[in-house]
Amino acid sequence: MKSIKTTWCPGCGNFGILRAFINVIEKLNKEGIEKGKIVVSSGIGCHGKISDYLDLPSFHVIHGRVLPFLTGLKLANPELKAVGFVGDGDQYNEGIEHLIHAAKRNVDLALFVHNNGVFGLTTGQMTATTPRGKKTRSTPKGNPEYPINPLLLALSSGATFIARGYAGDMKQLEELMYDAIKHIGFAIVDILQPCVSFNNTWEFYNKNVEKLEKEASDIKEAIDIILSEKIYTGIIYRIRKDTFEESLGILKY
Amino acid sequence: MRKVVRGFYAIAYAVKLSKPNVICAYPITPQTEIVENLAEMYANGELENCEYITAESEFGAASVVLGASATGARTFTATSSQGLLLMTEVLYNAAGMRLPIVLAIANRAVSAPLSIWNDHQDSISVRDAGIIQIYVENNQEAHDMIPFAFKVAENKNVLLPFMVCVDGFKLTHAYEAVDLLNQEDVDNFLPPYNPVVSLRIDKPVAMGCYAPPPTYMEFRVALEYAMERAKKVIEDESKEWYEITGRDWGAHIKAEYCEDAEVAVIAMGSIVGMIRDVVEEMRKEGMKVGLLKIRTYRPFPAEEIRKALTNVNKVIVIERSLSIGSEPPVTLDVKSALFGHSSQEIHSVVLGLGGRDVPRTQIIKIIKEVYEGKVKPGKRYEGLKEFEEVIP
Ligand SMILES: Cc1ncc(C[n+]2csc(CCOP(=O)(O)OP(=O)(O)O)c2C)c(N)n1
Ligand code: SF4
Ligand SMILES: [Mg+2]
Repeated sequence: MKSIKTTWCPGCGNFGILRAFINVIEKLNKEGIEKGKIVVSSGIGCHGKISDYLDLPSFHVIHGRVLPFLTGLKLANPELKAVGFVGDGDQYNEGIEHLIHAAKRNVDLALFVHNNGVFGLTTGQMTATTPRGKKTRSTPKGNPEYPINPLLLALSSGATFIARGYAGDMKQLEELMYDAIKHIGFAIVDILQPCVSFNNTWEFYNKNVEKLEKEASDIKEAIDIILSEKIYTGIIYRIRKDTFEESLGILKY
Repeated sequence: MRKVVRGFYAIAYAVKLSKPNVICAYPITPQTEIVENLAEMYANGELENCEYITAESEFGAASVVLGASATGARTFTATSSQGLLLMTEVLYNAAGMRLPIVLAIANRAVSAPLSIWNDHQDSISVRDAGIIQIYVENNQEAHDMIPFAFKVAENKNVLLPFMVCVDGFKLTHAYEAVDLLNQEDVDNFLPPYNPVVSLRIDKPVAMGCYAPPPTYMEFRVALEYAMERAKKVIEDESKEWYEITGRDWGAHIKAEYCEDAEVAVIAMGSIVGMIRDVVEEMRKEGMKVGLLKIRTYRPFPAEEIRKALTNVNKVIVIERSLSIGSEPPVTLDVKSALFGHSSQEIHSVVLGLGGRDVPRTQIIKIIKEVYEGKVKPGKRYEGLKEFEEVIP
């Protein structure tokens, strides 16, 4: 893979995500999936720069709109493998409605969320996943809102592959990304991503993330895992349902 | 109190003095620092009787201030570029509902291609919504125009949203000595907002009702009438502003050296300062050149422009945005103002899109070429590199 100069802060969790994904692409290439078949779309934010750093066809969309963009892409060319890179602000704030509808449709794509709990690029304001009470540039009194639980939302909206990854565990992340791309249907990997400049969670996550031993066998178990006090990483739930493409009769697997 | 402050602070501080009740925004460069300063003031307890929140999107932010305004609250939001485009549906609604929301726009180019730098494409794109738009040339004017905006917007003869357009980075992030207003002066100038109708307990109303063809058109034309009345209100309030602060910004335009000018340059926003500097220098050299600063782009000051240009032979319109497929926006308005009255040469010069630097020498060149009759009238681009389009 070609690489160009990155402008992320040294120590940013995005590097782990980029590296893991590059490894996945190489693996897929070896399996015979050519590069042109994998199309990347990224949102607006620090995370969005990832499409500049990848030697793949890509479309850097406007803020929050990766999912409807990829939905359109899949409708017109279902043979493509669609991969979205989004931020927590991008997806869980500005583009939240699209998460619900893309999951509900079970569009066959993989969505990787760089969840750093902050608007990184605009220098540190609260997002939908910022913990209650946290002081940020937009909430100097402390965040008055409760954070959303993105995986619970995705699950209840109909997503068929639900996983949590950690930018600090590249090996596991690589596997999760690979499985998400291989999954037939809407796959989301919420990736815990430390932002060294505005929300440095390296220490916290190093201490607190725990690998999930076994994925849930049904949706109730999945909910328990997602709602657990513990921060589990790994595939939480997956199920094979007709994809949007299948329902429309535009693709057979 | 004169202080060296950055533009975003000058704006935020003026918002605070205007005593808003609800502030809601979504971060976007280069607007973010305006509301971050307000967030800070809110956290420090400096904003009395005011709630401040960050919305989930600009669409949400505009809708939140819409809801607050419907209850009779004084509301403020700020945005830029994509954020303003995303607010647009709500802003048309706010104007139609006659809600006097005040917005600060940190002017920024729109995507694609992606840019965070300054031009006027964002606010120009919502010119037809029924929102008053004022373009300021420095941070003192930005500061002054905030209480001014509330006063005009909330006037019962007006009741329209008001947008204070401030060049992103060039002004918002620039340090400038600003005479910060004091609370007493602002209180004397700006009375509490007293809405005509609002969602309140004692006088219930239904808002946002459907208007079938027999009634719709009157509401839309009423917007136009309100905008026309706003002209007079802006004039009156500008006079009052001058009396209180001693600062005379003019009302709709500010014409300088135009009475006997051979060439007049029309411009809006921060570039006006540099053009004035060039014009004054050329005057010293004996060249008959003038400057016409447009302040209120909506309502458009057609009559004032006509008058100011009576003796002018050639007009240069500096454009910081495009109306793709037609002539640039300000040019269109200027031409329509002059049509049937006079027949000046009109030079429409597009420059500085997406933050491209406009050096002083470029302004000198533009004026000289026109002055010396070296260029034909019409549209042209300055500072444009030679490029070849690849048409497959
Ligand atoms: C419509 C619109 N609103 C606001 C912005 C400004 N903006 C740029 S990046 C960003 C937030 C990015 O946050 P996130 O998605 O969490 O990405 P991160 O930088 O943290 O990777 C915002 C609000 C924009 N570009 N477009
Ligand atoms: S601001 Fe945060 S998310 Fe953005 S590059 Fe720096 S560390 Fe990474
Ligand atoms: Mg983020």
